[in-house]
Amino acid sequence: MIEGIIGKKIGMTQNFNDSGIAIPVTVIQAGPCVVIQKKTEKIDGYSVLQLGLANDNSTRKAIKTEIGHFKKSGISPVKVLKEFHFSDKEEINPGDQFFADIFKKGERVHIVGTSKGKGFAGVIKRWGFHGGRKTHGSMFHRHAGSTGCSADPSRVMKGKKMPGQMGNNRVTVKNLTVIEADKEKNLLVVKGAVPGANGGYLLIKKADFLAQSSGKSKKE
Amino acid sequence: MNLIEYVQEKQLKKDVTPFNVGDTVKVHVIIKEGDKERIQIFRGDVIAKKGGGAGETFIVRKISFGVGVERVFPLHSKMIRKIEVIRRGKVKRAKLYYLRNLKGKATRLKEAR
Repeated sequence: MIEGIIGKKIGMTQNFNDSGIAIPVTVIQAGPCVVIQKKTEKIDGYSVLQLGLANDNSTRKAIKTEIGHFKKSGISPVKVLKEFHFSDKEEINPGDQFFADIFKKGERVHIVGTSKGKGFAGVIKRWGFHGGRKTHGSMFHRHAGSTGCSADPSRVMKGKKMPGQMGNNRVTVKNLTVIEADKEKNLLVVKGAVPGANGGYLLIKKADFLAQSSGKSKKE
Repeated sequence: MNLIEYVQEKQLKKDVTPFNVGDTVKVHVIIKEGDKERIQIFRGDVIAKKGGGAGETFIVRKISFGVGVERVFPLHSKMIRKIEVIRRGKVKRAKLYYLRNLKGKATRLKEAR
């Protein structure tokens, strides 16, 4: 069993649940993911599977070092490569494929993505500061205000909330429910929003991978 | 067909009664009270239709005890058991929000022939 796969955000829509209530969902192109390399304890010091997102219509050409890497496993180059843990109960070799059906309906997943970049943002947008009055001679509109004390300690404390780059970070959203897993089109429909713009790459991981792989899952 | 439409298609009702803005309709809504289910009927004029695909909604307006009441219904939800068209209205607009500012006789809509 594998921890998760690589996906691509398609967009958001809504689904009706059994009682007819509309719930917001995100549609993800999840797989097919092909195993490029199997890293082992013996050679690499840790054991993971390196997956690539296949059928990804990327026009980017692979660089020479990458071509060599792909040649080793005999798989045509892909753009995105990520490593995933796996339970080595069954035999998995390079070239094997994983599809969206590794997830089941009702299962919980963690989704990792890169959030939309907001650029250099002020404290109001970035940290939710309230700002000052706009009128009545206020002269204090969207500033941060005081950054700390005076002669003692005569420095600004670490972690002080200040303006700076906002967004374009790696963000994990935990425990999203799988509404639907379609093997035919390799689509995963999860409840709620996931980080990043449409077309962004995502890592989709099983929330209870550790419990499932060690056979301690509550459901089974 | 794009993938969003593919996901939505399973949500769509196949047998939606066709109706238009300006029509007087009876909407049969399922109300859940504990374990019991019953059907409530909301009767009024359709004043707007919005959106497309699985997210399509429509607004029904009626006057209840002298107070205007509007309800937004998701067209493809299971909560909407049935839609009955009682009368076809003749209107010149897609959104009849102007009815909100009118009273009594002025809110009547002409019947389509």
